[in-house]
Amino acid sequence: MSTAQISACPACAAAPAAEELAGKALKDATLALSLPGIHCAACIDTVEQALNAQPGVKEARVNLTLKRAMIRAEPGLEAEPLVQAVRAAGYEAHELDAGTIAATATDRAGRDLLMRLAVAGFASMNVMLLSVSVWSGAEDATRDMFHWISAAITFPAIAFCAQPFFRNAFRALSVGRLNMDVPISLAILLALATSLWETMLSGEQAYFDAALTLTFFLLAGRYLDHRTRAVARSAAEELAALEVPRATRLAAGREEVVAVSDLAIGDLLLVRPGARMPVDGVITEGRSELDRSLLTGETRPVAAEPGQAVSAGEVNLTGPLTLRATAVGRDTSLARMAELVAIAESGRARYTSLADRAAKLYAPGVHILSALAFAGWYFGTGDLRVALNIAAAVLIITCPCALGLAVPAVTTAASGRLFRRGLLIKHETALERLAEVDTVVFDKTGTLTSGDLQPQDLEGRDPQALSVALALAEGSAHPLSRALAHALRGRGVTPAGLSDLRERPGYGTEGWLNGQLCRLGRASWLGAPAETEQTATWLAIGAGPAQAFPFTDSLRAGAEEAVRALQADGKRVILISGDSRAAVQALAGRLGISEWQAGALPGDKAARITELQAAGARVLMVGDGLNDTAALSSAHASISPSSALDAARVASDVVLLGGDLSPIPVSLRTATRATRRIRENFRIATVYNVVAVPLAVAGICSPLIAALAMSASSVTVSLNALRLR
Amino acid sequence: MDVLVWLIPISLFLGGLGLIAFVWSVRTNQYDDPKGNSQRILSQQWDDRPKP
Repeated sequence: MSTAQISACPACAAAPAAEELAGKALKDATLALSLPGIHCAACIDTVEQALNAQPGVKEARVNLTLKRAMIRAEPGLEAEPLVQAVRAAGYEAHELDAGTIAATATDRAGRDLLMRLAVAGFASMNVMLLSVSVWSGAEDATRDMFHWISAAITFPAIAFCAQPFFRNAFRALSVGRLNMDVPISLAILLALATSLWETMLSGEQAYFDAALTLTFFLLAGRYLDHRTRAVARSAAEELAALEVPRATRLAAGREEVVAVSDLAIGDLLLVRPGARMPVDGVITEGRSELDRSLLTGETRPVAAEPGQAVSAGEVNLTGPLTLRATAVGRDTSLARMAELVAIAESGRARYTSLADRAAKLYAPGVHILSALAFAGWYFGTGDLRVALNIAAAVLIITCPCALGLAVPAVTTAASGRLFRRGLLIKHETALERLAEVDTVVFDKTGTLTSGDLQPQDLEGRDPQALSVALALAEGSAHPLSRALAHALRGRGVTPAGLSDLRERPGYGTEGWLNGQLCRLGRASWLGAPAETEQTATWLAIGAGPAQAFPFTDSLRAGAEEAVRALQADGKRVILISGDSRAAVQALAGRLGISEWQAGALPGDKAARITELQAAGARVLMVGDGLNDTAALSSAHASISPSSALDAARVASDVVLLGGDLSPIPVSLRTATRATRRIRENFRIATVYNVVAVPLAVAGICSPLIAALAMSASSVTVSLNALRLR
Repeated sequence: MDVLVWLIPISLFLGGLGLIAFVWSVRTNQYDDPKGNSQRILSQQWDDRPKP
């Protein structure tokens, strides 16, 4: 009998309970930081000490494998001071959205599979030891005892380990379909039933070891498959979590930083230069320029002034803007367009994987073969026991152990190789689809070009004008000014001594030189003739005529190599962009792309790809913007750089982690080799079956032969997968 | 062959211990950070007294 502890002082009893309640009410905040630069024990110590020294931090732990720090802190602690603390300690740190990360923290499914794999491994080793003594001549009572012990180990082990197969098979059968798991489950159950029956009659042949080894190999395949996908998913989620959705709200004259999900229609928001619009809205204050390239593909900045509507995803370039929100969250045009893309039929949905195609041929074949063997022997000998034994042997021999490993072993090896080269394979059939690609369609802005602008035609200009331009350009944070200043500094130009230098947001910069007004900015502000087709900034000194400084987009690293390598591999390369004709033509000429299309709307891109695919081409789309998402999902396979908009990354099968494009041709070659390897594996597995099945049907297949054939084919297939370079 | 009566249960028991140890290590998140664990052992921070 137990009695509750009774304290004389009620407060003593109440205090811990109250504390516990208070603790529950104010739950600890969990913060996550991404630490791309850490690599050793000293890094771990330094970062953990720096974080633990911060006020409000309860516990900080660095995970070196994920290059991440998880921090348990008092509620309400902001991540910014922690990021600063880590930077002060000498390491790069970025805040991660803990809500997005938390979903992956515990990989339950993976752990579950690992447990089953461990139990299957343990049980199959023990049963195999007992079987070896039976095969090497244990007789009579000893053999029976070994069989009974094997049965005692096998039944609970199978009941636990083979659950995923049973569940999948049941799900397929209940909707009237056949999949790989149906013959697997049938083979395991039939083997167990006949073996138990044989054991009861003190027979010679029992397949307990075969049933367990089968389960073990198949679980190994499933686990590999799961791990590959889990790694890709966690990396993709980390990319998403790096963009912490925050906005600066103006409330009662005060600025406060809030989560984008807390914004409401009618809120006043401040958007600083360089920041992305968090919501759809109308500008109430400020003048600036907007970069809409992620939405339209056009590089030329658009002027912004009070009264103008802006949509989420556009980038504010020059001056601070105040917005009044008109649509938030799921109602913004960005979110609505992203959803439309998700609804559209995607290329991957139409694709049947190699494994599924193999299963479609294989599953009915195996059942018919085993049923025929059973019928033949039953009518031939009239002995139900022999007939059942033969049927079980046929099912076990043909069981797709090697088939179950054939695909995951290759995809794991290939994805690992590609991941090290900076490619993240997100979709399970992406490799197979990449291998079939014969046409590659590139987007221009943000994909082939990096979005960094470079001034052209700086040679042969008046040095005086250049030095004035440099002085004016350095007075502004506008991307064009920064690019111009960088290029001029690189050429050794010294800035002229201007006085009263000031920036006019939305227009340009101006200053005085020897009593002359010098201005650098938009064509319309300077009264220049007209806007050119190309992106340009204009310079006017005093009353002199305005002169243009045209810009081109700089190429992304590896773009030239990628295009050349793809063309050398015999792929058709097409450039489709939403940008102006002149810009697209110039780039196509530079890269040697003969087929190009300018001024394409998002719908045009998708339509062109559908048209190409209808003509029999297998299209790989490479793009980054919202205007590409429809094209990305309608193409046979798709790649987007990690700088792409979240919606584009979600729509594509492969994400390029670095800024370099040169891994694209490599990925196509690796995919082709991987697919060839998968087919080879199927052939190896078939050869084993062709050799062993006649033995099983003829009734001379012993459990020893079954075990040998099964293990040998699985090991060969795994080794063949590892040959992939 | 009488020795089998002892040997088989003993071998199963020992194997089972290994299995239980493995299950315990998975359940207590010991495979979350394999790279970090291999580095942490080199850190001198907790050499003199264990981490509280």
